Amino acid sequence: MNPSRRAEAVLLPLLVAAALLLAWHWAVIHTHTRIFPSPEKVARGVRELARRGVLFPYIGASLFRVGSGFLLATLLGVPLGSVMGRYRGAATALNPLVQVLRPISPLAWIPLAIVFFGVTNLSTIFLIFLASFFPIVVSTMNAVRAIPVIYLRAAQNFGFSGLALWARVILPAILPQLLTGLRLALGVAWLVVVAAEMIAVDSGLGYLILDARNAGKRYDLVVAGMLLIGVIGLALDVAMRRVERLRWLRWGFSGR
Amino acid sequence: MSAGAPKPLGRAKVKLAVHGVSMAYPAHDKPIQVLDKIDLDVREGEFVCIVGPSGCGKSTLLNIIGGFVQGTAGEVRIDGEAVTGPDRRRIFVFQERGVLPWLTVAENIGFGLYDLPPAERRARVANYVNLVGLRGFEDAYPQELSGGMKQRVEVARALAVDPDVLYLDEPFGALDSITRLTMRSELLRIWAAEKKTILFVTHDIEESVQLADRVAVMSARPGRIQKIVDVDLPHPRDLSDPRYLAIRDSIFEEIGIAHRV
Ligand SMILES: Nc1ncnc2c1ncn2[C@@H]1O[C@H](COP(=O)(O)OP(=O)(O)OP(=O)(O)O)[C@@H](O)[C@H]1O
Ligand SMILES: [Mg+2]
Repeated sequence: MNPSRRAEAVLLPLLVAAALLLAWHWAVIHTHTRIFPSPEKVARGVRELARRGVLFPYIGASLFRVGSGFLLATLLGVPLGSVMGRYRGAATALNPLVQVLRPISPLAWIPLAIVFFGVTNLSTIFLIFLASFFPIVVSTMNAVRAIPVIYLRAAQNFGFSGLALWARVILPAILPQLLTGLRLALGVAWLVVVAAEMIAVDSGLGYLILDARNAGKRYDLVVAGMLLIGVIGLALDVAMRRVERLRWLRWGFSGR
Repeated sequence: MSAGAPKPLGRAKVKLAVHGVSMAYPAHDKPIQVLDKIDLDVREGEFVCIVGPSGCGKSTLLNIIGGFVQGTAGEVRIDGEAVTGPDRRRIFVFQERGVLPWLTVAENIGFGLYDLPPAERRARVANYVNLVGLRGFEDAYPQELSGGMKQRVEVARALAVDPDVLYLDEPFGALDSITRLTMRSELLRIWAAEKKTILFVTHDIEESVQLADRVAVMSARPGRIQKIVDVDLPHPRDLSDPRYLAIRDSIFEEIGIAHRV
């Protein structure tokens, strides 16, 4: 990207944001609403959260839950997806199960999560795990299936099999596609954090939104929570894209 | 140019023996017969080319010999032992690029050397980097290389594990004609220096006569070995030598194409 394009990439979204803030401000003033907060009020709400010392702990709590659930989903989903991608029998046996479980919203699991894990952190982590596990399994499986057979034959020819084959050939071969899959799965995991925190816990951005509404109809804090979730979601996405672009991972993207 | 019956096996022992190999791929109605009872003996240190029209089953045959694909009948023996799968002593150089794009040139060449101590491995890699003329490109990634350079990486990677047999499936097919000529003489030089047994598939008849000790000519599908032609000419071969031309033309005739455009 040349400098002027880069400036555009920053300036244009900022302009849109500024215009929206103005419109929002104007709408609140002109409708004389008492329920819906103005942008300033939301900003004050964020400062209040910081002053009360809950802003960063809440963000941290949400990130921790999403991080744990997502990590667990990756650690289990990538090996399972690899096996399903590599062995037709495994895919035949397991794919229907995956396809049945995948469309069930994690929200539908809330009652069962509470039965399994009680009203604890574990329940939220479990829900986030579910949200990202199936997309990871499916994208890993598809990536493994797409490996050119020639790479696998070359590796077998040189005596690779089992775990060594996976580590030296399968994993690097799928890495570019896998990282994209992981980025999307992380997006889903973050999407679910609000719902997951509604069940159980007493911290986190999802809890903040629910608590602000229930205890005193603080819509400024509700909107503050929403915006924080949005901004952090964006940051996660940008960070994952950065990882995808690292030189040693980038071979699949280099416009060949 | 004696043909058909194999030469007396006085000079060297049979390294690789193909006996009655057939192959049929399953299809909707009835299976497609691709190979029909192929017999072929290759002696130790021999350079054998397989030529034939596109789709006659050359790649299929080489993949069966390499142990990647199971034939529907027959067997392949190497040093008297039946082939049941790929093996590090016999390396396949692929028609498409088998170079791994996430590894550098040096890492690709060292790919099969995982059981050597690091110092020895580095020395071996450096040696083969030199052999194929890629000094200075050790840390380059394949996408930064030309097609000919990638092909040389793949040949070096194969040679680095010191196999007895090399299988090459149209290794120079995608190269421009100048690079192709250089690669041919490099391969001959390496073959002379390292005394490998080489089985080389091509549909380029000129190429086969330039390279091989013997040329196995395959018929159109279902592939059979139609004729085996000896090329009793010393290297480097003079491409205007009447004997060279006579052999080349006999193969053109065998395949049934007029050698005039
Ligand atoms: N996996 C497969 N499944 C079904 N048919 C196949 C398969 N591989 C090859 N064939 C068929 O077998 C025949 C021989 O293919 P093969 O690739 O061995 O030919 P070839 O002699 O190497 O051709 P070329 O010179 O074009 O590389 C072709 O008709 C092809 O359609
Ligand atoms: Mg072929």
